[in-house]
Amino acid sequence: MSFSQPTRSTEAAPVRPSERPGRRFDITQPFKLDCGIDLAPFTIAYQTYGRLNDARSNAILVCHALTGDQYLAEPHPITGNPGWWSTLAGPGKVLDTTRYFIICANVLGGCMGTSGPQDINPATGEPWGLSFPVITIGDMVRAQRLLIDHLGIDTLFCVIGGSMGGMQVLQWAASFPERVFAAAPIACAARHSAQNIAFHEVGRQAIMADPEWCGGAYLKKGSRPARGLAVARMAAHITYLSEPALHRKFGRNLQNRQAVTYGFDADFQVESYLRHQGITFVDRFDANSYLYITRACDYFDLAAEHGGALANAFRDTKTRFCVISFTSDWLYPTAENRAVVHALNAAAANVSFVEIATDKGHDAFLLEEPEFFATLRGFLAGCAEHRGLAFP
Amino acid sequence: MSPDGSFVRSATRNGTPPADIRSDLRLIAEMVAPGSRVLDIGCGDGVLLAHLARSREVDGRGMELSQSGVNACVSHGLPVIQGDADGDLDNYPSDAFDYAILSQTLQATRNPRLVLGNLVRIGRRAIVSFPNFGHWRIRAHLLFNGRMPITPLLSHAWYDTPNIHFCTIKDFVALCTELDITIERSLTLDRAGRPFALDAGGGLANLLAEQGLFLLRRRNT
Repeated sequence: MSFSQPTRSTEAAPVRPSERPGRRFDITQPFKLDCGIDLAPFTIAYQTYGRLNDARSNAILVCHALTGDQYLAEPHPITGNPGWWSTLAGPGKVLDTTRYFIICANVLGGCMGTSGPQDINPATGEPWGLSFPVITIGDMVRAQRLLIDHLGIDTLFCVIGGSMGGMQVLQWAASFPERVFAAAPIACAARHSAQNIAFHEVGRQAIMADPEWCGGAYLKKGSRPARGLAVARMAAHITYLSEPALHRKFGRNLQNRQAVTYGFDADFQVESYLRHQGITFVDRFDANSYLYITRACDYFDLAAEHGGALANAFRDTKTRFCVISFTSDWLYPTAENRAVVHALNAAAANVSFVEIATDKGHDAFLLEEPEFFATLRGFLAGCAEHRGLAFP
Repeated sequence: MSPDGSFVRSATRNGTPPADIRSDLRLIAEMVAPGSRVLDIGCGDGVLLAHLARSREVDGRGMELSQSGVNACVSHGLPVIQGDADGDLDNYPSDAFDYAILSQTLQATRNPRLVLGNLVRIGRRAIVSFPNFGHWRIRAHLLFNGRMPITPLLSHAWYDTPNIHFCTIKDFVALCTELDITIERSLTLDRAGRPFALDAGGGLANLLAEQGLFLLRRRNT
């Protein structure tokens, strides 16, 4: 497949949200965003697994990462790939759907059913594009709280997520501590570092440099910035891996050839792999959504919201925390996770912290890592005991 | 932080079931008031924390250096963070716990003086135990062999020991005086962790005890 002609993406039929599995929650009340704009009406698309118990005490909210969605434990409606956390969530698994009621909502600004820039602005009858308001991690979490209210759940047994999902977990614990019994922020940080912002900026610039982006109005113009979005994904994908993992997987191996071609085809397997990652990504993701969600990450700085001291975000918290990092994660390194732990210690919070040894980089939180799973399983079991959850 | 040596607290290592914990740990547990908040620094695989939670309804937290120890604790539902006494105590607020426990780890810290100060700061009380380097067998070993002592309790060679700051019971008592720390209780123990009927302040204890166990608090509180 040649990268310069991503035919699959341009021919992909537009996916109708109404045909996707899952549920929708429509909000008509004006929703005040951090940027000052009232958003109304808007929709939250979400998915649930398992059954809410009579006491409504067994709900786990899973917060998805930058390019994740609500389909964590079932085949993806567009790609057909297994759910992004299907290794972790399901009957008898760590997020045991026979015990817990798992909720996962597409984030605000997303492109899998929750309102975002690709949807129609009811005021104009045209796609929002760049007229969609800029959203924050705080906005995402406050929108999720509306959903939790709607589902009649007072206290979530646990809020869990990795990467940007972990940031939402921290925001949940800081904003609504009384509604979060346990929190598991994984491979994340309490603020986006300069390096994090820099990588996101590369991705955004790649999208905006694509002439098909049309100043963000590509839906109106009938075009699609597939190449820009693919390059953004390729750059980001490198940050999700580690040098040892890339080397182990690809080394300097050549792609279907015996020698280099003295040209700019994908001679190396790693090039071919990245091109594939880029091309398949554009089938399921909206370029403007990518701009908005990366921006939300960049704006995230939990300490700044609390007078510059992260510990203040967790003052008097009763929530039980489990912070998990991975040794080879250089995107959200252990030091950033440990800063969260130190802040929780300073707030005398109940916190567990484990650094998992792995060479799989940031992506490790999506992979089957036995120590990671055992840690999470034990943490949830301990919390369930304290919460008085009885399982058959 | 548990140095990888004879002092690592591990139920599996000692082959004892969790219900029957090591004698010195049981003595520590008996110093802890029921229902209190406890930080166990160098908690190993959580034997003492689990015992305290079970037998004294303690709200316990742990700190441990080894990933295997932390994972064992957290996967058993014990709240434990990966960290060490030298680097990770500064962040805790004063009086965050009723007890801060440091068992058989002080001699393995980089700065025992700061660690001890932190213990009595973040805990209203601190419980500290350590091997007594003034024990007659160690003195005799050095005197007669002229080599660094290797005993059942101190089983490392000088070049690979994690125990970098040995002290005697007398040294420890002197440091407590210097740091304005009140010794509320002291126990002297034999190798198996059984208590002697000897006052830790006396010279005889410094000669005969293989371990010291102290209940401390800062003065003026």
